[in-house]
Amino acid sequence: MRSTRTVEISTGLFVLLGFAALFFMVTQITNRELSVDGASYDVTAQFENIGSLKPGAAVSMAGVTVGRVDSISFDQNVYKAVVKMRIASNYNRIPNDSDAAIMTSGLLGGQYVGITAGGSEEFLKSGDRITLVQDALVLENLINQLVASFMKRDNSDDAQQGAEGGQNKTEEAKQ
Amino acid sequence: MKIVRELADNAGDFAATVGGVTLFLGRLLRQIPAALLRPSLIVAQVHNTGALSLVIIMTCALFVGAVLGLLGYDTLLRFGSEDALGTVGALGLVKELGPVVTALLYAGRAGTALASELGLMRATDQLTAIEMMAVDPMRRVVAPRFVGGVIAMPLLTVVFIAIGIFGVQLVGVQNFGVDSASFWSQMRASVELNDIAEGVIKGCVFGFACNLIAVYEGYNAIPTAEGVGRATTRTVVISAVLTLMLDYMITAVML
Amino acid sequence: MVSAVSTDASSAQSAAASESLIEIRDVHYSVGGRSIFSGLNLSIPRGRITALMGPSGTGKTTLLRLMTGQIKPTRGQILFDGIDVSALKTRELYALRRRMGMLFQNGALLTDMSVFENVAFPLREHTDLPECLIRNIVLTKLQAVGLRGAAQLMPAELSGGMNRRVALARTMATDPEVLIYDEPFTGLDPISMGMIVRLVRHMNAALGITSIVVSHDVHELSDLSDTSYIIAGGKVAAAGKLNELKGHQSEIVNQFLNGLPDGPVPFHYPAADYQQQLLADSE
Repeated sequence: MRSTRTVEISTGLFVLLGFAALFFMVTQITNRELSVDGASYDVTAQFENIGSLKPGAAVSMAGVTVGRVDSISFDQNVYKAVVKMRIASNYNRIPNDSDAAIMTSGLLGGQYVGITAGGSEEFLKSGDRITLVQDALVLENLINQLVASFMKRDNSDDAQQGAEGGQNKTEEAKQ
Repeated sequence: MKIVRELADNAGDFAATVGGVTLFLGRLLRQIPAALLRPSLIVAQVHNTGALSLVIIMTCALFVGAVLGLLGYDTLLRFGSEDALGTVGALGLVKELGPVVTALLYAGRAGTALASELGLMRATDQLTAIEMMAVDPMRRVVAPRFVGGVIAMPLLTVVFIAIGIFGVQLVGVQNFGVDSASFWSQMRASVELNDIAEGVIKGCVFGFACNLIAVYEGYNAIPTAEGVGRATTRTVVISAVLTLMLDYMITAVML
Repeated sequence: MVSAVSTDASSAQSAAASESLIEIRDVHYSVGGRSIFSGLNLSIPRGRITALMGPSGTGKTTLLRLMTGQIKPTRGQILFDGIDVSALKTRELYALRRRMGMLFQNGALLTDMSVFENVAFPLREHTDLPECLIRNIVLTKLQAVGLRGAAQLMPAELSGGMNRRVALARTMATDPEVLIYDEPFTGLDPISMGMIVRLVRHMNAALGITSIVVSHDVHELSDLSDTSYIIAGGKVAAAGKLNELKGHQSEIVNQFLNGLPDGPVPFHYPAADYQQQLLADSE
């Protein structure tokens, strides 16, 4: 019995360290505040385009997470994406004319639903639908619009300011 | 013609090894309930495989994390999104680097120790002696080592990941001045519990595979000095290949 | 007085011969297409010291493995106290092995335990004895082999002879009926060898344990053994008291017992004709 106690102590420390690491990972590097485990209510919103929004994404107001996206489905009758959101019950005074927009956190960040409060006296309750929506910004559409607007300006300005138009073109190329 | 025959021989060897390992696993699993009744033996093995591997695991984790911090920072800087370093580091470590590097280090440190210990017991008749004392070496010697290793591996994996993230943070935040708050908050926003579950599952599966290979090779080592050496080498090689193959499969399934 | 003792001994001997503990009947065994035993017959008398001898490679160790059920014969029966060893299931075989003790050539002590724990190992595995009782048994057994003082040493700190003595104490811990010694004298200095010989004789005389000694040490065994079997060519070549076998008519027995360099076991490994091969190479 070569120092059984030493073996036991070091094994015990090893196991405790392992669990401490697991605890650290679960609490510190995942976003547990996001999950709405307590009482909550569901609201929906229909979007033309949700971009790359995924279930589990945050629903935030003024930058504070108030809930998360529960599920996303496609409604064939209106050809829109139906986003079901679960909002914590303690945020029960969101005006029912609030506006839901799909935003992107940072250039590479994930997408989330941002809610901007309206002015109504009545509040959202379970099963309600947010009618004022703003779709996800799709980068391709944005570039297309930009290109189209430059093209238009190019055409009109072409005759007088060929040099400036050339500069614009190089800017487009950069885009 | 010679090549064809060699290939056929190799295929035969491969099939024989797979069959041998499967039958061995069957015998081993049948002895595990009995082995669980002797927790003190398992504790000793958790100590041998886990606690004694801790220093090498922690050192390597720190450096792997630091390298990830350097490369991640350099790459992300080109996109102007070095704040995402936390996300890149954490996801990389949790889902891939943590379990895989831990398994490779484990095979090198604890796997070889297991294989050579059992091989030496085979070569010096200790296993036969135990059998002659009417004790099943599978239950008394092999099963506790296997169970101890399977317990130790996931624990080593999570320790590796945690220390690795510390390493990323050390380089990114302390050295390059990435904003600490956004480092952590971006990490939190993008790492899900599922990701951690994937890392831990990988750790368990790799632990099962690496320990099975180590005890199989050791137990069935040719009872000579050369045989023990071969068993040790084969343990490292097979464990590494198996780990990476399983890694691909688990990643594909969990994606 | 003297005659009374000798008649007593001889009558006991005849009784023991009729009542053998291990009986090997027409055993055939081959491995990888090479035949090792072809029709081996022998019996080990109860309470005696039996020597199994033979030139290297005749399968003495294989015979031990057959007797202890580690391997099964291709044909034939091995009876231990009337039980067919090769027909047993694993569980029954393990029960039977508790009646046997085997001493390995190098001791085969468990290297990760102290001498004390090694001797305690079979007791801890097979019994629920309280710690103080285990301690007493272990110390008694170690005292019998003269190594009580070495109880706290690790096997790596022991000499070869001490290793074997500890292994003997470990084997004796569960009080087996038969003790099998596999090459107990190999690689020992004369002092250690003398100690082992004394212990083998003591275990047999004091405790009446049936002993089987596998060795090719003719000199030591002629004093020690009651009966000897010389195995060669897959069969028993000669049986009887070793001293009486010295003038045996079989060539192989003669070569073995007298240590002749050439005979049925040739000095030269089979090869093509020497002169022819030399000439062929020079061409």
